[in-house]
Amino acid sequence: MTTPLPPSLAANPRLSAWLRVAPDGVIELRPGKVELGQGVLTALAQVAAEELDVGLDRIRAIPVTTGISPNEGYTAGSLSIQHSAAALRLACAQARAGYLAKAAAKLAAPPGDLTVADGVFRAPDGRRVSYWDLADDALLDQDATGEQPPKPASAYRLVGTNVPRLDLPAKLTGQPRYAHDLAFDGLCYGRVVRPPSRGATLTSLASDGVAAVRALPGVLAVVRDGGFLGVVAEGEETALRAAERLRQAASWSASATLPDEDDLPGFLVTAQAETTVLAEHGHPPAGTSATGARSATYHRPYLAHASMGPSTATARYDTSDISDISGTSGTSGTSHDGALHVWSHTQGPYLLRAELARALGLPPDHVTVTHAEGAGCYGHNGADDVALDAALLAMAVPGRPVQVVWSRADELGWAPFGASGVVRVAADVDPEGNILHWRHEIWGNGHSTRGGSVRSVALLGASHRESGSAIDPAAEPPLVHGGGAGRNAVPYYDFPAWKVVNHRLLEMPLRVSALRSLGAFLNVFAAESFLDELAAAAGQDPVAYRLARLSDPRARAVIEAAARRAGWAARAPDGESAGRGIAFARYKNTSAYCAVVAEVDAVSEIRVRRLTIAVDAGLVINPDGAANQIEGGAVQAVSWALKERVRFDRHTVTSDSWETYPILRFSEVPAVDVELLPGAGNPSLGVGETAAGPTAAAIGNAVFDALGVRVRTLPLSPENVLAALPD
Amino acid sequence: MNDDAAILLVNGQPREVRADPGTALLYVLRNHLGLKGTRFGCGLGLCGACLVLVDGQAAYSCDTPLWSVAGKQVTTIEGLGTPDRPHPVTAALIDGQAAQCGYCLSGISVAAAELLARDDDPSDADVRAALDRNLCRCGAHNRIVRAVLAAAARLRAGREGSGQPPASHESAS
Repeated sequence: MTTPLPPSLAANPRLSAWLRVAPDGVIELRPGKVELGQGVLTALAQVAAEELDVGLDRIRAIPVTTGISPNEGYTAGSLSIQHSAAALRLACAQARAGYLAKAAAKLAAPPGDLTVADGVFRAPDGRRVSYWDLADDALLDQDATGEQPPKPASAYRLVGTNVPRLDLPAKLTGQPRYAHDLAFDGLCYGRVVRPPSRGATLTSLASDGVAAVRALPGVLAVVRDGGFLGVVAEGEETALRAAERLRQAASWSASATLPDEDDLPGFLVTAQAETTVLAEHGHPPAGTSATGARSATYHRPYLAHASMGPSTATARYDTSDISDISGTSGTSGTSHDGALHVWSHTQGPYLLRAELARALGLPPDHVTVTHAEGAGCYGHNGADDVALDAALLAMAVPGRPVQVVWSRADELGWAPFGASGVVRVAADVDPEGNILHWRHEIWGNGHSTRGGSVRSVALLGASHRESGSAIDPAAEPPLVHGGGAGRNAVPYYDFPAWKVVNHRLLEMPLRVSALRSLGAFLNVFAAESFLDELAAAAGQDPVAYRLARLSDPRARAVIEAAARRAGWAARAPDGESAGRGIAFARYKNTSAYCAVVAEVDAVSEIRVRRLTIAVDAGLVINPDGAANQIEGGAVQAVSWALKERVRFDRHTVTSDSWETYPILRFSEVPAVDVELLPGAGNPSLGVGETAAGPTAAAIGNAVFDALGVRVRTLPLSPENVLAALPD
Repeated sequence: MNDDAAILLVNGQPREVRADPGTALLYVLRNHLGLKGTRFGCGLGLCGACLVLVDGQAAYSCDTPLWSVAGKQVTTIEGLGTPDRPHPVTAALIDGQAAQCGYCLSGISVAAAELLARDDDPSDADVRAALDRNLCRCGAHNRIVRAVLAAAARLRAGREGSGQPPASHESAS
C-alpha cells in the first residue's frame, strides 16, 4: 500500500536531498527544519535512526544550506515533527529498503532473511555487510514513492524514548556552537545605528563626525544608505565605539507616529481595519429562549521575544570584480556578479534567501543562507533583519566576513513584537446556563510580517534605506493554515451556534509578527476566561461546565487528567488569598490538546504557585523533550501573563532593557507538572505552543477564584488587578 | 586608545592580552582569547549570560574592564570542567536535560558553581535566590534548579566518600 507523501517530501522528493550514507560510519541527515533550541534535531535523528535501524550516534544532522538542503519553509507553528518527521520516516524507510536489497544481493540471501542492527545487515549464516560497506550515493538518487511502509509503532525501539539532546553537551560546556561564535578567518565586526524613534528620518550626518569615525584605528567602513547607518571594524570593541560616534554625528527629524499607550485598546478598536467573518456556524436564537446576553472584553499588550541572545548574523560578499565597489561610502554600487553568503539563525533559510535577494537586487542563486544555531527562538524575531544588516555591511568590505550582533536595546526595541489585541466575547445563555450562541470578535494587527506573507521586503534595514519602503501591515493567514489573529478563536466546544469576526488593522504603528502561539494566546485567554464567567454565573463547577460541552474524547481526557492530577475534586480549603483555575484548548483546533490547572496566591501581587498540565500530542517521539517544551512554553506564558508589556511613548519603544522589560525570574517560577497522555496510535502533534493560551487563562481563572474579580487586561500586574477591583 | 599588555590568569593559564584597558572582559575572552563559551546577553550586567568567576566571585564580564582583572584568576565555563570531565553542575544539567536553547547556561553554571563552592547543601529556595540575577527565556528554570540540587548532592556524596568534612554549615531542611 502506498503512503501519500507528506507535504515536505512531496515538495522535495529526492531521497538524496534528505540523507546520505557517508563512508565513515555516519549517516548524514539533512532535515529542512532548523534547531531553535527546541531539540528538533534530536527528535528527527531518532526518527531517522529508527527507520534505518542504525544507532543514534551514527546520525549527523547537517545544518540547512540553501541550494543543498530540502526546502521545508519556516520552522514554525509546532509543525516540525508533523512535517519533517513524516518526510524523514518515509525517506529513510525507502532508503533502508534500497540498501537492504543491495545487501541481500551481496550476501546472496533473500532480503526477508536479513536482520538489521546498528546499520549491519546480517544473513542467517552470520555473514554481514553494513550500510557503509555498501555506501553508494547513486542508490538514493531517486524520488520518494511512498511504497515502502515505515515501521509499525509496535516495532519502535528509539522513537518514544527519552534520548538526551544531541546538541546540549557542546552548548553546556561552552563549546563554540552558536551563530554568535562563528570565527572565520578575516572576521570583522559590524554594528548598525538605528534611528532614535519610529518615524525618524536622517536629516544630516556631520561630515567631520564621519571623518572622525573613519579615522578610528581599525575602522574599515562607514555605510550610509538613506537612514540605514552602520560601521565595520576589525575589532568588536572598535565597532561598538565607532557606532556610538556615528550615532552622535547623525541628526534626525522626529514625528509622533505611535498611539497613546494608556489607551491602546481604544486605538485598536478604532483604527482603520478590514473586517472579516472568519467562521460562522448555526443560527442565533430566535429571541425568546435566551434569558441572558453577556459579554466581556479582554486585552493583551504588545509582547517582546526577549531571547537571551541578541540577533546575529555573519555575511561575506564576494565579487569577481572587487574594484567596482571597493569604496566605503555605500552599498548602492551592487554588482550582479557578486555572491553573498549569510550564516543566520533564521527560521526559514530559503525564505530569507528570497528576501535578501529582493532587498539587494541579487539573483537568488547568488545568495546562500546557511543556518547557524542561535539563542532561543519563539517566532519571527530579529534574525532575518540582522542578516540584511550584515549583508549590507559585508558589501562594503568584499571578501571579508562581517559579524553583526544587535544590542540588547535594539533587540527589545526593534525586533518584531507579538501583536497587541482586543477580544470581545459575547454569548446568549438560557436559564440553565446553556450557551445558545457565542460571538468572538478580534481587533488588532495580523500576526505575520514574515517574508512571503507581506508584499514589501520584510526586513527592517530595507525599510530604512534610501530606496526602502515601510513594511506592510501584518497579514492574516487563512484559518485552514492555523490563522493568525484568528488562531483558536473558533470554539472547540459543542456550542449550537457561533460567529467569529476579525478586524485586521490596516496600519501598523509598531511592527508585529509571529510570536509563539500567535493569536491563540489572547483568544484562549479571552474565551476560556469568559467560559469561566458563564460557569460562575450558572453556579457550576468550571471542570464540569467544560466537560458538559465537549464531546471530543481526547479533549475531555486532558481536562480530566489535569483535574485529577491537581486534586480538583478533593479541594483542600485554600487560604483567603489563594485560588485555582482551569483552562483548555486544542492548539489551532487541529493540533495538541492541552489542559492546565493553575494555583495562585494573590497578595500584593499575583504569584503562580503551581501549574498542572495534561497534554495529548499523539505519538510522542521523545517524551522528555516534549515535556521540556511544554514546561518551557508554560513558564514563558506565566511571564507574559504576569509581567510583560512593551512600553512606548508617542515616538518610540521605551522598554529596551531588562529593567524596563522585566521577565519572570527563578524565584518567581511556579512548579510545573506535565502529564503526557498515551499516544493511542494517533499521529504526532507539535507541543511547543500548546500550553501558552491555557496557562494564561488558567491563571486568570485562578485570580478570579482567589479575589472574586475578573482581570481582563494582561498582564495581571498589580496595577491591572487594582484597576479591576470594584471601587 | 592604548593597547597595553595585561596579564591575567584564565582558567589557570597566564594569558597576555594587548587591548585597550577599558575593553570589557567579555570581548577579551571571546575575541582575543577565543573562549566563546561566555555569552553576550545585554552588556549592562542585567541578565547574567556573561558571568565568569574572578578570584572565585561571580562577575559580569560584559561590564568588567580588562584593567580591573589584571593579575587575577578568571574562570570561564571552559575552565569549570572539560567535555570529558565536566563540572558536577554541568554534568547534572546534561543528565537532567536542563536546557532548551542553552544560551543562558554558561552564566548560570558559573553562578551555580559559585554557590556550591560556599554551600554544598542549598535548599531549593537558596538555589533560586542565587540564580535570580540570571535570566532564562526558554523556561528551563525548574530543571536547572533540580540539576543544581543534584550536583550539590553529588558533591556531598563525593566528600563523604573521601572522608573530607562538608564545606558548608548543616542545612536546616
